[in-house]
Amino acid sequence: MSKGTYIARPNRTLQIYACLFLIVLYTPVLFIPLFSFNDSIYVRFPLTGFTTNWYVDLMSRQSVWHAMWNSIRVGVFVSIVSTILGVMAARAITRRKLPGQNAIIGFVMLPLVIPGIIFGVALLVLLSRMGVTLSLNTVALGHLIVCMPFSVATLLPRFEGMDRSMEEASADLGENGWWTFWRVTFPLVLPGIIASLLLTFTVSFDEFIMAFFLSSTDSTLPMYIWSQLRFPREFPTILALSSLILMVSFALVFVALWINRMGLNDEDALS
Amino acid sequence: MAQSNPIISIQQVGKSYGAFRAIEDISLDIEHGEFFSLLGASGCGKTTLLRMLAGLEDVTDGEILIDGAPMSGVPPFRRPVNMVFQSYAIFPHLNVADNIGYGLRKQRLPKDKRNEMIDEMLSLVMLEGYGDRRANQLSGGQRQRIALARALIMKPKVLLLDEPLGALDKQLREQMQLELRRLQQTLGITFVFVTHDQEEALTLSDRIAVMSGGDVLQMDTPTGLYERPRNRQIASFIGNMNFMDGKVMSRDGAMASVRIDGIGNLDVLAEGTALCEGDRACVAIRPEKLSVHTSKPESGQMIEGTVEMMTYLGERSHLHIRVPGLDRPLAISVQNSTIQTGAEDKASRPVWLTWSNGALITLKGE
Repeated sequence: MSKGTYIARPNRTLQIYACLFLIVLYTPVLFIPLFSFNDSIYVRFPLTGFTTNWYVDLMSRQSVWHAMWNSIRVGVFVSIVSTILGVMAARAITRRKLPGQNAIIGFVMLPLVIPGIIFGVALLVLLSRMGVTLSLNTVALGHLIVCMPFSVATLLPRFEGMDRSMEEASADLGENGWWTFWRVTFPLVLPGIIASLLLTFTVSFDEFIMAFFLSSTDSTLPMYIWSQLRFPREFPTILALSSLILMVSFALVFVALWINRMGLNDEDALS
Repeated sequence: MAQSNPIISIQQVGKSYGAFRAIEDISLDIEHGEFFSLLGASGCGKTTLLRMLAGLEDVTDGEILIDGAPMSGVPPFRRPVNMVFQSYAIFPHLNVADNIGYGLRKQRLPKDKRNEMIDEMLSLVMLEGYGDRRANQLSGGQRQRIALARALIMKPKVLLLDEPLGALDKQLREQMQLELRRLQQTLGITFVFVTHDQEEALTLSDRIAVMSGGDVLQMDTPTGLYERPRNRQIASFIGNMNFMDGKVMSRDGAMASVRIDGIGNLDVLAEGTALCEGDRACVAIRPEKLSVHTSKPESGQMIEGTVEMMTYLGERSHLHIRVPGLDRPLAISVQNSTIQTGAEDKASRPVWLTWSNGALITLKGE
């Protein structure tokens, strides 16, 4: 007899489908690190030999380091600001019965589905009308819009999952709203906050379209990649850079999801 | 009881959620050192009233005075009361000692003094040595004690308890009832206790307010509620009660004579009621106040009937006695003071029921 229960019974067809799905999804991505170690400027089979030259070459370029520094600065700023705004939004949505609550959540989530090019063009028009010069600040503004849904989506379940009587107990024991937030609410939602910081940093770090419209001469890393694509000789170096970005992004998102889940399970054990 | 200086004075307090009236103008006083219970089915407004005392719910009308001071506009963190929540609300990110010491921050105590107070509380709730445990390593009963200690360390004038024993199993609940009573008596703090369990309320309380539909139906001591329920609703909510409908034939001071079809005239205690001749009245008696005789007693008032059913419950047996003229059989509870052999099947045998003076009471008829 089969070991699985009715619902958990293994299904061979579905298993094969799932494997195929993952292969189709990630094979193109795997070619990037593969060719970044290939000893040829042409991306084609057969592979000609193993080299780390492209990485060494990458490290020696001032412009790469500069673009990376820009991306980090924008990413750190955007992740902190969007997480703070996300905390306030999630708290307001869960703690107060706001009229039109679902509409508010919908509006916050909207940038996920609105094409970035539309938001980018709209912001560009608006900012130039207002006479704001393009810089990393305007890029950060664009990224903030893109990152808010991620921050709110990560934090909302945290706040919803928190037993309301925790905050009431704190108030009952003599702490006002401010102290209650720092002594009870903040530690309880901390895993969500860390997850939100990592996730929004990754989204900002990898974002291209907003940066394309809203940056000036100071470029972010994705912008730098874009600008180098014109030169065929640079392509392997770009593959090396892309591999690094992929790796860091994967790591950050993985850690973010892990921290967030770990915290939630912890709470399950408590309730 | 001294009416002059109640610790809590609830004055015409009402609460509305939009058009829904959760609490109807309630007025009641709770005295210093009292164990006061709010008893009622879920949705009767008892928890809302308790949360209004804590300041967690706004009061729509009326005023609550705690120790003489009006409480409207006073936030929960400035009220001299502390609460034990139904879910205990133990902070999961703090250990046991920090949970208990949570409310001490403002007092800026030196570390030694703070630890001393926490240890004192731990021993009060019999959890010595548990200070370093994390909250998720504790059982329900232990969390309950920590919730108690965390509130009591604040030295509140009133301790509010919201169904604190609801989540515990039967044995633990009975043990915690004894402990709560012991704590309340040693500390002399006023307890306001919310429960839906009538037995728990009777066991613990000095006084009980029975609530229904946002209103207080009757407020009395446990004996008062049980022996002199004001109306049929309370009589059937607290314990079991037999009801017989009849008509008042005459009234003489505390006693009345009530005619019940098929039985005849019964002398009934009518103290505190405004019943007079000709009124419809409901005669009530508790199942354990009826005694069963297998031969007809020589004198006094009695009810004759036949045994319809007998249920053996170990320490006691329940009998249903069919009485001609009553549409429902009378329930009787008898103590099994002699060894039962199972041969006492009295089914369909005639029996006579008697009672002591004053056991039959009247409630206003419907």
